[in-house]
Amino acid sequence: MMMLAPAAQPPFWIATAMISAVVLTSTTGEVLTAAAMKSIGDLDEIRARSGMKGAIRAVVTCPLFFAGVGFLALAFFALLLALRFLPLSLVAPASASLTLVTNAIAAKIFLKENVGRRRWVSAVLVCVGVYFLTY
Amino acid sequence: MAHERFSIRQYMILGLVALCAPLGDACLSRGMNGLPGISILHPMSLIGAVFTPWVALGIALLIGFFACYLTALSWADLSYVLPATAFGNVIVELLSRFCLHETVSPQRWLGVFLITIGVGFVANGPSLTEHPADEAAKPDAIFAEKEPV
Repeated sequence: MMMLAPAAQPPFWIATAMISAVVLTSTTGEVLTAAAMKSIGDLDEIRARSGMKGAIRAVVTCPLFFAGVGFLALAFFALLLALRFLPLSLVAPASASLTLVTNAIAAKIFLKENVGRRRWVSAVLVCVGVYFLTY
Repeated sequence: MAHERFSIRQYMILGLVALCAPLGDACLSRGMNGLPGISILHPMSLIGAVFTPWVALGIALLIGFFACYLTALSWADLSYVLPATAFGNVIVELLSRFCLHETVSPQRWLGVFLITIGVGFVANGPSLTEHPADEAAKPDAIFAEKEPV
């Protein structure tokens, strides 16, 4: 069986770059997927009108959806790469909690969502909570 | 920003998003831990792993999660869905404490508390941003424009 040698802990800036890559690709994927679903419209209504096949067709014929899934796949591989060099106890809480905040920022800028004080407070509380749960 | 109450079905979809992802991950973890070592020289052994019960259940749950997540994003904002569905972490923590009798540290209980407060905050607020173009497309809005002032 071919075993991979454990890697030495990389310098701080490389660790930051790896976690940033996970957070950025994940946020891009989430925003593109959300934009795709908004452009398609309410899936429940489409399913009621055209059945399950119609709803699936609406999703798989949207190019934005595939762009989003592509970025989510990239985020997965970036996570695997980060886990190869960094401890899970650092990568999991940092990427999970930071993604919540970057998603709120990206949703406000790119999706023009009304991210008010209530949502900011919620995103920060959940972000800190997830950090405590996973660290 | 509009604030329409969700139907029971929509609450169920949000609940499934929250539950399916952590449960799917847990099933995958249990399935993969129970397998003999997988070598990168034999990638076909990974395909065999897909057909073991726990891994198959995990994959089914994650497919269910993605379908429910896409449905939720079609009628709610991304900045609403993500914090609201983080409640799944709390459910997993409670299950591990009360069903699996695992020890949960005070730090984790603090995490559970913060997530619960955060989810309560976002769940009581509006779920969808109405853009002016959406408003104009509504029959009421068109009627209101035509009405003499």
